[in-house]
Amino acid sequence: MSGEGLTVRDLRVTFDGGVTAVDGVDLDIGPGDLRFLIGPNGAGKTTLVDAVTGLVRASGSIRFGGEEIIGEPVHRIARRGIGRTFQTATVFEQLTVEQNLDIAAGAGRSALTLLRRRRNVPESVGKALEITGLTALRHRPAGVLAHGQKQSLEIGMLLVQDVKLLLLDEPVAGMSHDEREAAGELLQRVSEDRTVVVIEHDMEFMRSFARSVSVLHAGKVLSEGTVAQVQADAKVQEVYLGRASEPEPSVAVPVPVPAPVREEV
Amino acid sequence: MTTTSTPPTAAPATEPPAGPPETPFLGRFLGRFRTPAAFLLGAVLLVGVAPLVLSDFRLGLLAKYLCYGIVAVGVSLAWGRGGLLVLGQGVFFGLGGYAMAMHLKLADAAATGETLPDFMLLYGTEGGLPWWWQPFANPAFALAMTVVLPMAVAALLGALVFRRRVKGAYFAILSQALAAALAIWLVGQQATTGGTNGLTGFQGFFGYDLNDPINQRMVYVVIAVALLLLMAAARQLFVSRYGELLIAVRDSEERVRFLGYNPANVKLVAYVVAAGMAGLAGALFVPAVGIISPALIGIVPSIGFVIGAAVGGRASLVGAVLGAIAVAWAQSTLSDAWPAGWTYLQGLLFVVAVGFLPGGLASLRTVLRRRRTSSDRVGATKGVTT
Amino acid sequence: MTVILNQSFTGVSIGAVLLLIALGLTLTFGQMGVINMAHGEFIMAGAYTTYVLQKPIGDAGVSLLLALPVAFLVAGSMGALLEWLLIRRLYTRPLDTLLVTWGVSLMLQQLARDIFGAPNVQTTAPGLLTGSVSVAGVNLATSRLFILGFALLCVAGLAAILRTTPLGRRIRAVVQNRDLAEVSGIATGRVDRTTFFIGSGLAGMAGVALTLIGPIGPTTGTNYIVDAFLVVVVGGIGRLRGAVITAFVLGLLQSVLEYSTTVSVAKVVVLVGIVAFLQWRPQGLYTVRTRSLV
Repeated sequence: MSGEGLTVRDLRVTFDGGVTAVDGVDLDIGPGDLRFLIGPNGAGKTTLVDAVTGLVRASGSIRFGGEEIIGEPVHRIARRGIGRTFQTATVFEQLTVEQNLDIAAGAGRSALTLLRRRRNVPESVGKALEITGLTALRHRPAGVLAHGQKQSLEIGMLLVQDVKLLLLDEPVAGMSHDEREAAGELLQRVSEDRTVVVIEHDMEFMRSFARSVSVLHAGKVLSEGTVAQVQADAKVQEVYLGRASEPEPSVAVPVPVPAPVREEV
Repeated sequence: MTTTSTPPTAAPATEPPAGPPETPFLGRFLGRFRTPAAFLLGAVLLVGVAPLVLSDFRLGLLAKYLCYGIVAVGVSLAWGRGGLLVLGQGVFFGLGGYAMAMHLKLADAAATGETLPDFMLLYGTEGGLPWWWQPFANPAFALAMTVVLPMAVAALLGALVFRRRVKGAYFAILSQALAAALAIWLVGQQATTGGTNGLTGFQGFFGYDLNDPINQRMVYVVIAVALLLLMAAARQLFVSRYGELLIAVRDSEERVRFLGYNPANVKLVAYVVAAGMAGLAGALFVPAVGIISPALIGIVPSIGFVIGAAVGGRASLVGAVLGAIAVAWAQSTLSDAWPAGWTYLQGLLFVVAVGFLPGGLASLRTVLRRRRTSSDRVGATKGVTT
Repeated sequence: MTVILNQSFTGVSIGAVLLLIALGLTLTFGQMGVINMAHGEFIMAGAYTTYVLQKPIGDAGVSLLLALPVAFLVAGSMGALLEWLLIRRLYTRPLDTLLVTWGVSLMLQQLARDIFGAPNVQTTAPGLLTGSVSVAGVNLATSRLFILGFALLCVAGLAAILRTTPLGRRIRAVVQNRDLAEVSGIATGRVDRTTFFIGSGLAGMAGVALTLIGPIGPTTGTNYIVDAFLVVVVGGIGRLRGAVITAFVLGLLQSVLEYSTTVSVAKVVVLVGIVAFLQWRPQGLYTVRTRSLV
């Protein structure tokens, strides 16, 4: 299995107040892609992910694995194998690490299984504990974990959820350089048998790990292609990627501001 | 000046993690059988000892308190575990109670050769027995309705409210409004529900004479056994995967949704089960206390059902039940001798228990211990124990 | 025709009372998200203030006019005190606030019983407000007209405060983003207390108005409180306009249903209507646009 592809056609999201956050987006993400979504603040990246996961009402077409999913409730879309993270790590703070993972693994459980006590955990949970390095902390309440550990736990939850499409919203925000490297390698490993979409502001990170890139601007797709193609696009340089042609990031070309923690989630 | 002070840490909602595998055998043995042993002890005390040492009068009172304890089992599940502030439990208690009371009234009437219950004869109801009274002449139907009716109403309301993601505060206010509306409606239907007086003066209970003290003792035993069974059932829900899921929903409903669950259904189960328990408690309350009336199910008693659980510890099953029993006892004992004082005390209980000890008395030990060792805490949470 | 007009007037005056009581809640519940069950007892405090003032003053008209500001101060101070003592510690736990303030409400009711006695007391209304005027064959009680006018005046006043004064801007800033308001130099604690003072003070004035339509007692406020909360819920949290419309619609509905059925059935039908309405608009009549998850 190498994930499922996502096909988006003419997607539009308009909020109550008349603000159009996503304005006719077409997107083709093939199975097994590692796609980066970039663009200035307010370009509609997070809203696009919200629309795909069913959180906001949208018009147009979203096809996943060949089936139309637009308008489905959030939990149905999740069961189709689409998982996401948020800008701030969200885990169940009152439950232990192991319980967090066990819940993520069990969306399809029968009522009878749910009513029984958890005697042992699925194999995938043990594996995820190992991959994320949380085995020693498995009985700790997730609320006491450090920030980075919570993020690892969140990715672990997506792994046991066995998603086919992973949507990550700024997964490396607030990480040190070394942590970014490790996270990027984890992404590449994960994307071997999954489709991964990453929203990111860190251009360095994007250049190192993206297989393909879509640039969003004002609710529309401005440019699409490989990192090199996108960087060569004059339109992109104009609105956004100016610093790619500069030797030093400190020069006075408009530099994308590292995303402040926004209050959307 | 800080306006959003951090709330005192709630009692840990999960069972303490199982001890490390190298615990000595005896410790493991005790740990494993502690709950069943405590349960057995409780059962012996309630069913064996209490009927022997208590007078008829006191046993009757205890039966009443245990009914409130049964409601608290459901409150602990829905509120303590699920975070659903169920302020309308009086509705379900009342539905169960009235279903039982209607049957008992009809059975009493049949025993004396009448077709109408005594109060209807008194008010001169025209057109005979109302149609919705008639099926309650059947004991099996009435018994089933004591639980099915509350659960059905809860399922309907819950499905509407949870599906539309109505916020917790709205849910609490709607529940209260429902309790108020039912009480007002019952008062208004004097001729068919007994109005303010409610239904009272029951003579028999499924063929047994309720005036005979030995049968009152039997009713007590039925209630005690029901409480024990429901506590066992609730405990199973608490430790099951469903119990963990319920905490997850309370923590972050949206996150659960993104994992592929429908949180509305998770909450609905807890709410409906709690309603069924309240209904059964109401049904058992009727033969034990001898009355069901609007004053027992309106807004004030509905909040009263919650306070016991809050005082004892909403998240702890045993704490909630003991708290409910203790508060009911305090109310009965103090409210006659010292009515004004009891009201102040009740108000104070709300303020102190909910405001300053959200885990209830059950969390007192944890809170004290944490305070004593607060200096070690940083190291304890950060260090990795292997 | 007369019947329709009569019932409409009854409905409008029920709505006016609801509005007056819910107005304070649009601040404390609507703007701040605090479910204050003791709000009803602030109403009661306002009502008893009228009763107390009437004894030494004698003249019903003067005492009523004097009672309005005094009741505002009395109830407002009680509210500010409650906020400072308890509620500010509970902002992160709205449902617990409900239970804690319910406890306070129990104690305040008992306090009223201890001071004024359990039976209801009656104040004398000024002569001007005891009669009625006849319009198109319908008798309109002047006391009801006064309450209607007073309610609308309070709405206008509150709207003006929220919209034009620096205090109003601060209240809205704290509601919309507490942290940002705090780093912008707003003393959020003081704003919270002021908001609570005004909201509770409005309850006190509502209590003064209630003395005009019947005897008052320790449970005067509690009887209205759940209905008043429903007005805010249906109107949309934090929306003055929603509360105004909802109060009058609920009042009219109540009055029409009471006429065609009974009081108790009317209550039940109105509640079912509200649950159905929230299916259609779970955020209430008017909503604030947000991107937040909850």
